[in-house]
Amino acid sequence: MGSLTKIARWIDYRLPVFSFIDHELRAYPTPRNLNYWWNFGSLAGITLVIMILSGIFLAMHYEPNVATAFDSVEYIMRSVNYGWFMRYLHANGATMFFIIVYIHMLRGLYYGSYKSPREVLWILGVVIFLLMMATAFMGYVLPWGQMSYWGATVITNLFSVFPFGEDIVQWLWGGFSVDNPTLNRFFALHYLLPFLIVGVVVLHLVALHQHGSSNPLGIERKEPRDSIPFHPYYTVKDLFGLGVFALVWAYFIFFNPNFFGEPDNYIPANPLVTPPHIVPEWYFLPYYAILRSIPNKLVGVLCMFSSIGVLFFLPWLDTSKVRSATFRPIYKWVFWSFVFDCFVLGFVGAHSPDFIHVTLGGISNQFLGQITTLYYFAFFLILLPILGKFEKTRPLPTSLSEPVLRKGKDRRAAVRILIFTFLMLSPVSATEPTAPLPHEVWSFQGPTGTFDRTDLQHGFQIYKQVCSACHSLKHIRFIDLAALGYTPAEIKALASEYKMPSINDDGEPAERPALPNDIIPGPYKNEKAARASNNGALPPDLSLITKARVGGPDYVYALLTGYQSVPPKDVQIPEGMHYNPYFPGGQIAMIPPLSDGLETYSDGSKPSVNQMAKDVVTFLSWVAEPELETRKKMGYKVLIYFIVFTVLMYIVKRRVWKNV
Amino acid sequence: MTEETVKEKTEPTRRDFLYLTASAIGAVGTAYFAWPFLDSMNPASDILAQSSIDVDLAPIPAGTAITVVWRGKPIFVRHRTPEEITAAQQVPLSELMDPEPDKERVKKGHDQWLVVIGICTHLGCIPTGNKPTQTRGKYGGWECPCHGSLYDTSGRVRRGPAPANLAVPPYAFVTATSIRIGTSEAAHG
Ligand code: FES
Repeated sequence: MGSLTKIARWIDYRLPVFSFIDHELRAYPTPRNLNYWWNFGSLAGITLVIMILSGIFLAMHYEPNVATAFDSVEYIMRSVNYGWFMRYLHANGATMFFIIVYIHMLRGLYYGSYKSPREVLWILGVVIFLLMMATAFMGYVLPWGQMSYWGATVITNLFSVFPFGEDIVQWLWGGFSVDNPTLNRFFALHYLLPFLIVGVVVLHLVALHQHGSSNPLGIERKEPRDSIPFHPYYTVKDLFGLGVFALVWAYFIFFNPNFFGEPDNYIPANPLVTPPHIVPEWYFLPYYAILRSIPNKLVGVLCMFSSIGVLFFLPWLDTSKVRSATFRPIYKWVFWSFVFDCFVLGFVGAHSPDFIHVTLGGISNQFLGQITTLYYFAFFLILLPILGKFEKTRPLPTSLSEPVLRKGKDRRAAVRILIFTFLMLSPVSATEPTAPLPHEVWSFQGPTGTFDRTDLQHGFQIYKQVCSACHSLKHIRFIDLAALGYTPAEIKALASEYKMPSINDDGEPAERPALPNDIIPGPYKNEKAARASNNGALPPDLSLITKARVGGPDYVYALLTGYQSVPPKDVQIPEGMHYNPYFPGGQIAMIPPLSDGLETYSDGSKPSVNQMAKDVVTFLSWVAEPELETRKKMGYKVLIYFIVFTVLMYIVKRRVWKNV
Repeated sequence: MTEETVKEKTEPTRRDFLYLTASAIGAVGTAYFAWPFLDSMNPASDILAQSSIDVDLAPIPAGTAITVVWRGKPIFVRHRTPEEITAAQQVPLSELMDPEPDKERVKKGHDQWLVVIGICTHLGCIPTGNKPTQTRGKYGGWECPCHGSLYDTSGRVRRGPAPANLAVPPYAFVTATSIRIGTSEAAHG
């Protein structure tokens, strides 16, 4: 012990790391009255570290090439050890990061944290926010799904409104459209920007520690008893907050990992087809709404950029001398209506411009967007400057330690944070399905669901005998079928029924029997061959079908069982097409694939169409999410761990704070 | 008064226990959190699954070896001549740097087949000597081009700097003229 201290002293004398940590992380005097809204700064820091960590490990497996990017993400999901965990951690992490940062920013807005002498602190925060948006956008492009591709196209095209716009956009793309060079540079920048964020975060902290945290009362500290050391008081409070946050994050990773994602992004990028409704990630929806509400392209783009740019001027737009909204009776309402406005903007962004809000007296989405955009700017440019001049503020307390003001505040803040977070998480999906889907009961649904092994084997039989005539499963190897309960010998025998192209010893193309580690070969050699045999339509690969369609398993089931041989009177079905109300547009090229008694199961039964559809959908759901059972099992362990962690930290916190 | 002192004495220990538990839980959690990331760098499932390959021995003439790739490594499969077998069997163990009898390096009843991982145990170069026309060194096995290690007809190191014999991978005879590398039981797929 003694010699360790000596070494530490020796180092510290030359490089004061230890005194720095002691000074800035332990002894750092902090206002004693910070409530739970002040937890979000440290949470954002922790999230940043976790994002960088998981990102680095994902980058070890990801391939930034248009030919392989999509497949490499699926490879991470299916073959890399814990790959699905890292990817879901990272993808949901982006969402969590934005929730945390939005709350952190709104906290600053409510309590006037940006006012003198903390203007630079705020501006650095806005810089971090901008970098975050750029990073998130480029990260979303990397999986190279349909949303990635079209998101990249739309966002880069924003720059075309500027002088020399065409040239700028081509420079961004490195070509004449979003393509391989774009993907490559986005990957490089997506890796770089987080480290720039770290740099700005350090500056943000330096600026913070210069004058210390602001506080809910918005008055400066006067006497020593107004401050307490950061450690242990706020370390333990932050750890408790971390526990709660981790529970939310873990819930999404393990039990609802695609909640914030778009099914379309499980369809590989196709530069020739734009998905019917393209929406950005939820955290960009308000800006997207502002962009779309304005009928003029240039004005729309400028408004969108200014909606963030205006934040830089906030410290000077808000003219009030009083920091905290607690003492500003009118501003408090203006603030909450601004928050409400942002939610409505997000809602507007999620719906198409022609959408009519029946509940709001039949106004169009575009009009609603225009009003809310107007209020957004009015808040910053009119209300904030004027309010400061005319608002009658309530008298400020003389000291932070005035006990009357402290009771119950913290708990109320905690409740508000919870409500607020749930609002932000409220689903914003705004897809208009063709026909409402009937809901089936699936063995694998819900937090405890597992795949029924018999259904899986039957489903595989249906796939093999029926679907595989036209559809491939290019992410599944024979050996993966072990999860269905097949033995190695059975898998080997199964594989040898298939032929794989190879090169013989004379260099001629030849065929060999497939091996267990081969991908299950598809029915067609290439896309052209597939289209030629199917009237020009391309039978999609089924590896991700239940993830890539709105409604998932219910949709595929409805499609398989929903054919109507006689279409409604007003529907014209051309030759070679079939009527199916569940397929977008109602016309599908696929002939009704299932019929009663088509197959015989190994137990001798002759399944009905519904039974076969159910089995094959169960099989395809396993194909799409082979990690599902492991994921839920691990999820329970993680949740239990964090419940224990949170409770323990709460008890420790109570102990530590007992005498404050 | 006495109650007061008891309280003062027990209070810190109970609190210490609480803090210790909390820190321990935190430390264990952090360690567990690190594991998925570290494990993600291990071979992925499809790479692990490429664990065995079948090799047809029939086309290999006596006196030569072929190289096959197993798990990304070169495997030498050598068809030994009767003279090479005798040479390998008769050298006294005391003359060897890494003593190991020849019969432990081949499968019983298949003396003519030597299967070794073709990676020099010094620093990883690939020794030459598969074809009779290549340099095999004075022990008739292989010679490493990098730093001159010599191996005999049993793949055993006879002159340094390599410290150990060429390793024998797990394999088994499926039929008299074919082997499966990567498994020691022929029955397994
Ligand atoms: S690597 Fe073979 S002798 Fe050094």
